[in-house]
Amino acid sequence: MQIYRGHVLVCAGTGCVSSGSRKVKAEMEKQLEAFKLEQEIKVVETGCHGFCEMGPIVIVYPEGIFYCQVKSEDVKEIVEEHLLKGRPVKRLMFKDRITEEMVPHYNDIDFYKKQNRIVLRNCGFINPENIKEYIARGGYEALAKALTEMTPEQVIEEVKASGLRGRGGGGFPTGLKWGFARAAKGDKKYVICNADEGDPGAFMDRSILEGDPHALIEGMAIAGYAIGADEGYIYVRAEYPLAIKRLKIAIAQAHEMGLLGEDIFRSGFNFKLNIKEGAGAFVCGEETALIASIEGRRGEPRVRPPFPANKGLWGKPSNVNNVETFANVSKIIAKGSQWYASMGTEKSKGTKVFALTGKVKNTGLAEVTMGLTLREIIFDIGGGIINNKKFKAVQIGGPSGGCIPEELLDLPIDYDSLIQAGAMMGSGGLVVMDEDTCMVELARFFLNFTQLESCGKCTPCREGTKIMLDILERITKGEGKEGDIELLQSLAETIKSTALCGLGQTAPNPVLATLRYFRDEYEAHIKEKRCPAGVCSALTSYTILEDKCKGCTACARVCPVQAISGEVKKPHKIDSSKCIRCGACMETCKFSAIIKK
Amino acid sequence: MGNCCCGGNCQDARLKEILEQYKGMDGVLIPVLQKAQELQGYLPEKTLRTIADYFDMPYSEVYGVATFYAQFRLIPSGQNVIKVCTGTACHVRGGQKILDRVCSELNIKPGETSADGKFSLEPVACLGACGLAPVMMINDSTFGRLTPAKVSEILAKY
Amino acid sequence: MIIKTAEDLKKVKEEALDEATARINDGTQIMVGMGTCGIAAGARDVMAKIMEEVGKRNLKVAITWTGCIGMCEKEVLVDVIRPDSKRITYGNVTPQVVQRIITEHVINGNIVEDYVVGKLDK
Repeated sequence: MQIYRGHVLVCAGTGCVSSGSRKVKAEMEKQLEAFKLEQEIKVVETGCHGFCEMGPIVIVYPEGIFYCQVKSEDVKEIVEEHLLKGRPVKRLMFKDRITEEMVPHYNDIDFYKKQNRIVLRNCGFINPENIKEYIARGGYEALAKALTEMTPEQVIEEVKASGLRGRGGGGFPTGLKWGFARAAKGDKKYVICNADEGDPGAFMDRSILEGDPHALIEGMAIAGYAIGADEGYIYVRAEYPLAIKRLKIAIAQAHEMGLLGEDIFRSGFNFKLNIKEGAGAFVCGEETALIASIEGRRGEPRVRPPFPANKGLWGKPSNVNNVETFANVSKIIAKGSQWYASMGTEKSKGTKVFALTGKVKNTGLAEVTMGLTLREIIFDIGGGIINNKKFKAVQIGGPSGGCIPEELLDLPIDYDSLIQAGAMMGSGGLVVMDEDTCMVELARFFLNFTQLESCGKCTPCREGTKIMLDILERITKGEGKEGDIELLQSLAETIKSTALCGLGQTAPNPVLATLRYFRDEYEAHIKEKRCPAGVCSALTSYTILEDKCKGCTACARVCPVQAISGEVKKPHKIDSSKCIRCGACMETCKFSAIIKK
Repeated sequence: MGNCCCGGNCQDARLKEILEQYKGMDGVLIPVLQKAQELQGYLPEKTLRTIADYFDMPYSEVYGVATFYAQFRLIPSGQNVIKVCTGTACHVRGGQKILDRVCSELNIKPGETSADGKFSLEPVACLGACGLAPVMMINDSTFGRLTPAKVSEILAKY
Repeated sequence: MIIKTAEDLKKVKEEALDEATARINDGTQIMVGMGTCGIAAGARDVMAKIMEEVGKRNLKVAITWTGCIGMCEKEVLVDVIRPDSKRITYGNVTPQVVQRIITEHVINGNIVEDYVVGKLDK
């Protein structure tokens, strides 16, 4: 067997690949050969580390030195200095945002320190295309335990006792759901994984699929055993080609080793998995719509009951969970429900993965124990707001959720506290906004999204969201009227209580939450025709400050509509009738001579 | 396919092959449409009718599915497909300005194809690369940490 | 291979762990000084010998390397860190000495006193 003294992990998640990690890996292999180290050092391609902002990420083991934003030109230095001579390359290490010191080790970086990585335990650490690496980390031991030592009922009891709740949005207790599917009568049952991560701003499922696909497969097989299903479907967005590729490899490897297929662990249990590629429809995140889509129909939801547990795919009892939920299962079975239930708050156990994005310094995936506060996530893990601007609000739960203002930052996060605050856990998207974000425009943005994605089957969602959107568009254009706020509120309440599925029922949430916490911004738009954040272009204008303008002509050259005129070395002017308020001039000006009002 | 020798029926023959792979199976309409679209880059009415006939489905059902999902195109796309992310993370980091710049550079609106047939522009909900926001994709390449100025540079390379 | 029992799974796991020792390890560590002085004194041969011995004996040991330790006249320097004991630094290590360090210290826990140049609490 070939022993390597060192492993170089190169991230091959979507984020790092976009930043150029493929080139880095190729160069790494070339340089290792050039320095005759290819027999001593192994290059391993891993999934996402969750710290995409810093990509491409390279980690050198056994020391665990973390290099970030590595370019192919940097590779020679890493090989020669670190791998050959043992001197880690300081300049490529992560620089602490506050102390400005270099942090050599992965585990010492603030972004990772407060995290509790259970679901993401293998992401970025193993090669997702090699099943043996998953097994080395204890993979498939939970499946062996469930199949050889436990009855299906015991598995369900264990999941119930762990307190695991659905991580896809609703937060329904997973063990209970499995119990319903187990109790349903039928000769054929299905396990379905919802990997149609459509919530913009959330990408934890993608990272698990790309970085640790076997965790999902093992969780689904355990679920199959528990409910009595011999077949499963994974419904993945077609926008995630890398995830689909890795899943296919993982399923084939599990089959080869007998971990999927017939008579697994000689228990008589058979299980096979199919992949279905979605075709781009947000509403397919709703379980009945998802099932319709697997069946090849328009992805429209239907009235429940009957619930999928009784009448699901092809009319058979089916159990639908999302990726993160399944990825928790193997750890619960392996380490026991007590261990799992010891983490978290009273009604929300375990951890949750959040996708931290927006105006925050460290963007990426953060898996934290339930009950941590938003402040800890945004300021300790996220490092605070970009350019040290003022925090304004954070949107939780995507277009179905709501925003949470500064005064609630110390709220411990769990399913129930978020609902009370007018938001929801959703899939775990956390979009941080600073003082430059207009909350009215944001509500319009979310409603525009849900309106476009409304499938049109039920009237409250199809017509109601359209009217709400029209009102919001008027307000952001400075055409708001007295009474608009009240109308929005009453429409929102009606849609919430009458829409057919989760998409419609939650669509008004962003409007209600912004009205609850930022009503003054709505009033400023309607009564004073003013956008306090200076975002709504119809309510803002750009002006050149004469005393600061040096007449360099840079702004006039970038203006796409020739609205800026003036002689060289003399102050320029903006013709506001021509100006389309794109802001290009302000970005270009080196003298801060252009202001927005 | 300049050297085609089968009298222009290549695509028909290949569509037939796709259909035969799925013969007699349940729930195959979406994968069939996905494969058929790969063949031609879009789904012309003729293709939809062939699929409906083959599986003995009403045309309305095939058309209904093809128009329901964002992935399917009923009109041909440009040589290069630009997808500008309009997801939340990109939105708060200036995604709209990126979209506006692409529109003004190419003189088209979202959903349209440029007059020379070189580019078509599709806004998408989320590319899942939020850490690099704002983001756009041209064909299979992703471009992150964009500014309007960078957009112009990138487009010039195509 | 096809896994049919929990024992089969364990076997595959052990094999896989061997291949991943550099990443997954909480046992003994061997560290070689690979500064310019170390390399000049033959650190690369020492490293090669360590890897050969560790591979041959199938030991779960992490092999790491570091820059100049500052005792250049005693190069090649090799540190052995066993869990729950002091960090031992050996000096003037040659490939022959490697064999003794591995069999006597790494495997059996007896420090090779002749070559010790330093003992450190971790």
